[in-house]
Amino acid sequence: MFNHLLSLLIWLPVAGAIPALLAGSTRPNLARWLSLLVAVLTFAVSLFLLVQYRPDAGGMQLTESYLWIASWGVHYSLAADGISVALILMTTFVGILVIAGAWEVIQDKPHQYMAAMLMLEGLLIGVFCATDALLFYALFEAILIPMFILIGIWGGPRRVYATLKFFIYTFFGSVFMLIALLYLYQKAHTFDLATLAALPLTLQEQTWVFFAFLIAFAIKVPMVPVHTWLPDAHVEAPTGGSVVLAAVMLKVGTYGMLRFILPIVPDAGAHYAWLIIVLSLIAIVYIGYVALVQEDMKKLVAYSSVAHMGFVTLGIFIAFLLVRESGNTDMALLGMQGAMVQMISHGFVSGAMFTCIGVMYDRMHTRQIKDYGGVINVMPWFGFFYVLFAMANCGLPGTSGFVGEFMVILASFAANPWIALFAAFTLIIGAAYTLWLVKRVLWGDITNPHVAEMKEINGRETFVLVSFAAAVLALGIWPQPLVHLMDSSVSQLVQQLAIHKI
Amino acid sequence: MPTLNDILIMLPEFYLVAAACLLLLLDAFMKPEQRPVLHWLSIAVLLVAIYLLVMGQPPQAVTAFGGMFVRDVTAEILKVFALLTTVLVFVYARPYLIDRKLLSGEFYTLMIFAVIGIMLLVSAGNLLTVYLGLELLSLSSYALVALNRDAKLPSEAAIKYFVLGALASGMLLYGMSMVYGASGMGGTPSLDLAQLHNVMSYTTAPKLLLFGLIFMIVGIGFKLGAAPFHMWIPDVYQGAPTPVTTFIASGSKLAAFGMAFRLLDSGMGDLSHHWQLMLAVLAVLSLAIGNLVAIVQTNLKRMLAYSTISHMGYLLLGLAAAGPEGYAAAMFYAICYALMGVAAFGVMLALTRAGFECEEISDLKGLNQKSPWMAFLMLLAMFSLAGVPPLFGFWAKVLVLEAAIHANMLWLAIVGIVFAIIGLYYYLHVIKVMYFDKPAEGSELQAKPDASLRVVLSLNALSLLALGLYWGPLLGWCRSAFGL
Repeated sequence: MFNHLLSLLIWLPVAGAIPALLAGSTRPNLARWLSLLVAVLTFAVSLFLLVQYRPDAGGMQLTESYLWIASWGVHYSLAADGISVALILMTTFVGILVIAGAWEVIQDKPHQYMAAMLMLEGLLIGVFCATDALLFYALFEAILIPMFILIGIWGGPRRVYATLKFFIYTFFGSVFMLIALLYLYQKAHTFDLATLAALPLTLQEQTWVFFAFLIAFAIKVPMVPVHTWLPDAHVEAPTGGSVVLAAVMLKVGTYGMLRFILPIVPDAGAHYAWLIIVLSLIAIVYIGYVALVQEDMKKLVAYSSVAHMGFVTLGIFIAFLLVRESGNTDMALLGMQGAMVQMISHGFVSGAMFTCIGVMYDRMHTRQIKDYGGVINVMPWFGFFYVLFAMANCGLPGTSGFVGEFMVILASFAANPWIALFAAFTLIIGAAYTLWLVKRVLWGDITNPHVAEMKEINGRETFVLVSFAAAVLALGIWPQPLVHLMDSSVSQLVQQLAIHKI
Repeated sequence: MPTLNDILIMLPEFYLVAAACLLLLLDAFMKPEQRPVLHWLSIAVLLVAIYLLVMGQPPQAVTAFGGMFVRDVTAEILKVFALLTTVLVFVYARPYLIDRKLLSGEFYTLMIFAVIGIMLLVSAGNLLTVYLGLELLSLSSYALVALNRDAKLPSEAAIKYFVLGALASGMLLYGMSMVYGASGMGGTPSLDLAQLHNVMSYTTAPKLLLFGLIFMIVGIGFKLGAAPFHMWIPDVYQGAPTPVTTFIASGSKLAAFGMAFRLLDSGMGDLSHHWQLMLAVLAVLSLAIGNLVAIVQTNLKRMLAYSTISHMGYLLLGLAAAGPEGYAAAMFYAICYALMGVAAFGVMLALTRAGFECEEISDLKGLNQKSPWMAFLMLLAMFSLAGVPPLFGFWAKVLVLEAAIHANMLWLAIVGIVFAIIGLYYYLHVIKVMYFDKPAEGSELQAKPDASLRVVLSLNALSLLALGLYWGPLLGWCRSAFGL
């Protein structure tokens, strides 16, 4: 089993979706329990990664490689480094919580919902461990199918618009990446990522390939100005869809940057690092202001996701600046580590925030902030969790939100104090929009009679929220294990930044 | 005088001719209530033909009748898939034909004759054989479109098809005559494709030859349904009985690829730098017109017709690359398209009942609630047509794009991919209607209980997924046909 751990992790949920689907609409509970079983099993299997993966050795481990398409030399090859392991663990963890979270909320064709979720989980795990570019691309695109169905069937009133926009927008980005990959294939005659990383390319070639990759990943992250699909998709998606979208799918974009842009086109990356840094700062500051004026809770959190992902891209590309211009590898390492921690942390925090909104939506069937007020009076326990996640969302020390942001700001300061200044704005804006949201929703008197009828969270919801809270606090108080897990992989990435390919 | 060897090489074709004639006779002497037996007999006939093809496959390419007929791996693959898709069409057609009282010997014999036409066409080693095969296929198809002769729309479609088809055949013949003439100027006149191959090197009338080539490309464009020779496609697709549409969308496209390959590579290979650009223009026009016009269609058959046009654009990307890689990619694409097209039309046939033609896109409303399995099969077909991984259609697209980039036509690949994004919309629209819309009031959308149809259709659609996950062997087979 340990030789095929990664394959098992991909195929267990994908195959597990089939019995859940076949359990059928006549026995919805059977489908629910089966899906939960599969999700828990997948999580359990993913824990073996921690046993099998040796953080100190670094590099790609747990390698599996089979010839897939002989005449093209395409391999079904999987491997994981510290970053992959962390992301896969986060995916399997969130996988359980979205299945549990949808338990009785999804009444319409629950078996199809659960099956789509499991498929999505398997494909996402695949994206995080594929080391063949064509395999990566196929998985990267395939995740659109279950997400399209999830938003389209179980979404809100404008779900059709949102899901079509989501699909076409992301598809639009990734096809240019396909052209770039085929171009690279002409030169290297392989899709193996390690070989592509060693392929010499002129700056002009690198520039074209860089922008082809960038458009694919920037849309997924999403970066300003191609973020407009995200608020729509988030607002219309069912709670589980939003959670997976924010917690895991956005990470696919930044993960792709690490695997494609950094090793394959480092010179173009360094050349245009300023562009990404500027776009990240716009995301952090401007999108923060946009979040401030939202009246829809989900939209607010969606915009805050864009701002937080701006930190991840900032951390990655500030490392370029530090390594290439001042040779400050230590600080570059810090920035990159900050970006990685931020990725994981944002996964838990945004997932938790969307779950909270989902809990309220199930009771009130509205997401408008103005319909709420005084929720704490009727749901004190819920209020406790909500405040905790809100604090994490604005980066309070002691929660996971603080660690990554702080590391990225420190690294930016070393590169250029002005960048750090703008990045640090998030501490104010983030606090402003999150705390104001809490104030308007939780505190104050009950003005809407429907709020008074809201029931306290039940056992299932408590389980989901407690799990999220445990992850957020654990990472905030003791981030060392996570940093250690990714340390050698991140330092390898940083070393790669220094290699000129021209 | 044909030798025994010639006949053995053409055994599958001879066998099918004999079988088709026998079926026609049987039909004439059968009581009406025994007619359904014809269905199973015809399927058996085709399956035996596949068996003969595969078992009798010669170790290397052989020719019969003095080079008129070529039996090589290319022909073999195209024939096997043409026969296979025709078997699928027969299986899907049965309930439709019974409901409409069209189940008769004519349908089966005409279909088999059309298949024989395909087999001759893809095996052609001579301009005459090309024309012979093409006409056999076309004439059978015209008659098939008009199968339901009392209805207005099919008759109109058949007349349109016939008039435009005749015109295109005329163009092709005219082009062939010019090529024949050019080959006679400075050498011995020849219709043999292998001899025509280097006619450019000695002919004293290169202009005439080029003119001939252009006219032949018109004929090819018409048969493929590539823009600007696509006018007949939407009307014929919509007007023809759905089983016949299915056949025109699948087997016929394999034949068109075979014809293009024989004429352009075997015959006019020396002029490839001339026809590459012409095909590239056809490809761009087909991609643009097919994808853009498909967006506004409300009739599913018409939408799929325009989608065919766009798919032929992708196939032309591979052909325009004009090398073994490109041909292998284009043949892979043709096979892929045939399987996808049959699956998509198959779902429509499964949902059609007496008095209810499932042909408007809105007819599929809420299919996921009424018949989740059919909706899932259609979803597979649509995502495959759209080219979303991991389905088969995606890999076919990747292959032709790679071929275009390989042939230094990066711009063409980029045009192709841009139209893939545009094309995505109308396929997603069908999925939206099936999955996200509520069923219409009083909708009786129900899949046919016909067991053979359900099983075969499921296998057909699932093969799109299976081949998407593991397409290596099929690609290897296609590449072996072109010496790769």
